Amino acid sequence: MLAFASTLFFGGAKAGEVAVAVAANFTAPMQQIAKAFEQDTGHKALVALGATGKFYAQIKNGAPFAVLLAADDETPARLEKEGLAVAGTRFTYATGRLALWSKSPNLVDDKGEVLRSPRFDKLAIADPKLAPYGAAAMEVIHRLGLQASVSSKLVQGESIGQTYQFVSTENAQLGFVALSQISMDGRITQGSAWVVPQSLYTPINQDAVLLNPGKDNPAAHALLKYLQGDTAKAILTRYGYAL
Amino acid sequence: MNLSAQDVQAIALTLQLASVTTVLLLLLATPVAWWLAHTPSAWRVPVASLTALPLVLPPTVLGFYLLVALGPNGPIGQFTQLVGWGTLAFSFWGLVLGSVIYSLPFAVQPLVHAFEAMGPRPMEVAATLRASKWDAFFTVAVPLAKPGFVMAAMLSFAHTVGEFGVVLMIGGNIPDKTRVVSTQIYGHVEAMEYSQAHGLAGVMLVFSFVVLLGLSWLNRRADPRKKVGV
Repeated sequence: MLAFASTLFFGGAKAGEVAVAVAANFTAPMQQIAKAFEQDTGHKALVALGATGKFYAQIKNGAPFAVLLAADDETPARLEKEGLAVAGTRFTYATGRLALWSKSPNLVDDKGEVLRSPRFDKLAIADPKLAPYGAAAMEVIHRLGLQASVSSKLVQGESIGQTYQFVSTENAQLGFVALSQISMDGRITQGSAWVVPQSLYTPINQDAVLLNPGKDNPAAHALLKYLQGDTAKAILTRYGYAL
Repeated sequence: MNLSAQDVQAIALTLQLASVTTVLLLLLATPVAWWLAHTPSAWRVPVASLTALPLVLPPTVLGFYLLVALGPNGPIGQFTQLVGWGTLAFSFWGLVLGSVIYSLPFAVQPLVHAFEAMGPRPMEVAATLRASKWDAFFTVAVPLAKPGFVMAAMLSFAHTVGEFGVVLMIGGNIPDKTRVVSTQIYGHVEAMEYSQAHGLAGVMLVFSFVVLLGLSWLNRRADPRKKVGV
């Protein structure tokens, strides 16, 4: 009875909460990871989704996030340099993969040759200035020597989520999106896609970092550890991230 | 101040978008407002609510519906393809369409108020003097409702300049075609170019204040009993 009462009263103190800012492209896997994290550790992850640049501005202005899962590796490094993140806690939690995608089942071939054809008039990418997936898409376009032929067809989404929207509503016939948005268990869920070879762009390393407000929060430390564990890795692979 | 060539381009495009939108809105809102101000029809309240809808709907809702509707399988997209315009998303005219819908209440409501405030009397007098309905409308109603027109135009223009969510959803951020001031500021902030964001945001702040100041002044002139017009 005493044991029961102590779990009741003190169990709550052990299970903590962690406010985590998560890059939009990581939405779907993070929901799974948060669920598994809560089941396995009893800690609760309060997930805020958004653009990494916006989180940077918020964190710089005192947002109480304990952990940042960024879409790039530059923002966490910058936060650490500016003294807003705990030094030595950065690591790559996922490596994003880029895919050329269309809602039409037969438009995209498995070598991306469609980019050299006149069979599309809008190509959606994420804003290369704002989103790492956009910068990677521009790199692919340059490497393939397509800059001149596609530049007048480019439309930009402010995030990879919006880029997905443009292609999904077929306002753009083609788009460079995150593989995680269109695949499940190694299969493309709808339309046609070319998984861009990783040799054509700089790896999209997505880094996590412990922010100052999370320094003494056991739940924050637990989440960072959990992200490097087998459960999280299995979820990442299912969603098409490279490890 | 720190304005780049792209910032200036965005300002020019914004002014162009707001001007075209304002002209179209006045043409569209005048008959709608006239009808709303005079009709005994039971449709009056539903139509008035419909025209006010953009006031309360989040721009992301409008933008999302527009994106779907403008697409090749959406109703607007099917129509524009049929008449040979292609699809309107990511084009200047797509933004015009979005802006007209987004700013509609800001044109309709001042006009409805102005037409209502006029009362039926001036038009009745004009009719007894054998002025045709059109003649009376242009020579009697329009001059009497002039403050309403000016306010509708200024509010539509200013509101379109401040438009963000709809443009973000259907624009595609193309320089010189769909990149307006608000999305350019957003881009600067997101890219952590805070000093450039400050420059452009300052321009917007001053512009908006001047417009509101002007509106307040016009309102006071139209109705001297008011202390503050907005």
